Amino acid sequence: MNFDLVFKHWDLFLGGVWVTLHLTVIALALGMLIALPASLSMARNTRFSPLARGYVYVFRGTPLLVQTYLIYYGLGQFELVRDSFAWPLLREAWWCAVIAFSLNSGAYTAEILRGAIKTTPKGEIEGAMALGLSGRQVTWLVLMPSAMRRALPQYGNEVVFMLHGTVVASVITIQDILGVGRTVNAKYYIAYEGFLSAAALYMIITFVVVRLFRLVEQRYLKHLNLENVSARKSDSETGEVPVAVPAMR
Amino acid sequence: MKRPEFKKFALAAAFAAFATSAAADELNICVEGAYPPFSEINASGDVVGFDIDITNALCAEMGNSCKLVQSEWDGIIPALLEGKCDAIIASMSITEERKQRIDFSGKYYNSPGRFVAKQGHGLTDSPEGLAGKVIGLQRGTIFQDYMDGEMADVELKLYGTQDEVYLDLVAGRIDAAFADSIAISDGFLKTDQGKDFEFFGRDYSEEKYFGVGAGIGVRKGEEDLRDAFTAAIKTIRENGTYKSINDKYFEVDIYGG
Repeated sequence: MNFDLVFKHWDLFLGGVWVTLHLTVIALALGMLIALPASLSMARNTRFSPLARGYVYVFRGTPLLVQTYLIYYGLGQFELVRDSFAWPLLREAWWCAVIAFSLNSGAYTAEILRGAIKTTPKGEIEGAMALGLSGRQVTWLVLMPSAMRRALPQYGNEVVFMLHGTVVASVITIQDILGVGRTVNAKYYIAYEGFLSAAALYMIITFVVVRLFRLVEQRYLKHLNLENVSARKSDSETGEVPVAVPAMR
Repeated sequence: MKRPEFKKFALAAAFAAFATSAAADELNICVEGAYPPFSEINASGDVVGFDIDITNALCAEMGNSCKLVQSEWDGIIPALLEGKCDAIIASMSITEERKQRIDFSGKYYNSPGRFVAKQGHGLTDSPEGLAGKVIGLQRGTIFQDYMDGEMADVELKLYGTQDEVYLDLVAGRIDAAFADSIAISDGFLKTDQGKDFEFFGRDYSEEKYFGVGAGIGVRKGEEDLRDAFTAAIKTIRENGTYKSINDKYFEVDIYGG
């Protein structure tokens, strides 16, 4: 083990951390933009729901690595694509990764949100309508905020998965954390040092993400009174079954 | 451990150990598989190419039975060091830097490195001529060492395999590639996808970066195996086996001076 080689290239690893975080955040943000309409249309069986279901099925049904390869090496094979307006974007490994990761994250997030929307208590919607809110207001002021709150724990998982999924970027020449690890490994003909350093960095970032989500959950899921879930189990007065919130992993 | 079976077990284990050491003639050889025409995967999934034919010829000469172990280029030296294989035959140049980790037989071929780009590129192979351009090459190669050492300001794109370099060269994601001249001419320029591309610039063969040719890598301390390979290379050079393999792939003798 020779970690001097890793410390010698600390600036590369720092750059890798930046690239990984940058990719993760963009993919999650764009993924959320896709997931909001997709999840709503799936939950409500609108005209577009077959389209949304198809999209979610395809992107959850295939590995992220395959999606990335298809977009990067696959599309680049076609003259038609290379001559098209999209090529300046698809030419860059960075944008190929952003596209693949966003579509992937969008599919998973849509599925998480769909589930959360489906489990919205009827009373919440009825109450909102009784107050005279319009359909649009009900959706965006009551339904979605409530669903997104309940989706928080699962979404925390999605964030961690996406963070780890960005390692795929390293196979299309992007110098993310793993990419830097591979480069350092290859430069000095070593195997463990680069990978171990990358693993440690991912663990640190994951730890921060998990802590952040715990804080956000404490704030937004306060009404579920998480600490006293077991105490409330016997409480049948309200007829409300406490929602079991899966612990973060 | 007083049970009587243990004695039997120990005996069996000792015998098994003896048996494997007696059968140690079997050599595992690490090869790559994405570096045509030296090594590539054919339609039926087997690794074929110059490196593979040389491997078989050397093993036959040494009287060993050899098993090919396919390995990623990135991890091929670690694979040797961990004992996943006993030797590397993968067009690996004998360089001082690699010699710090492993040992090499004598060379079995030697060819210079060269740049390649699309016809009409207008590039020159100097730090100024390549400024602002993106050069693609395989990670962990002598070509990366050279660029890091002599043209540190030129932007590099690093790939896991040489095949991926060609893919992106054709797609236009990189302006030029830097690799072994034979690998480029036979593995790319002569193929359909490489027909619009050409070499540019000089031959690169400074010993500091490019070493003294491709050799067979073995673990340090295995002088016997190393010397056996060196001797076998000499023999197949002399008895015409090398020439017949060479001529199967190349028009010129790639052994080098």
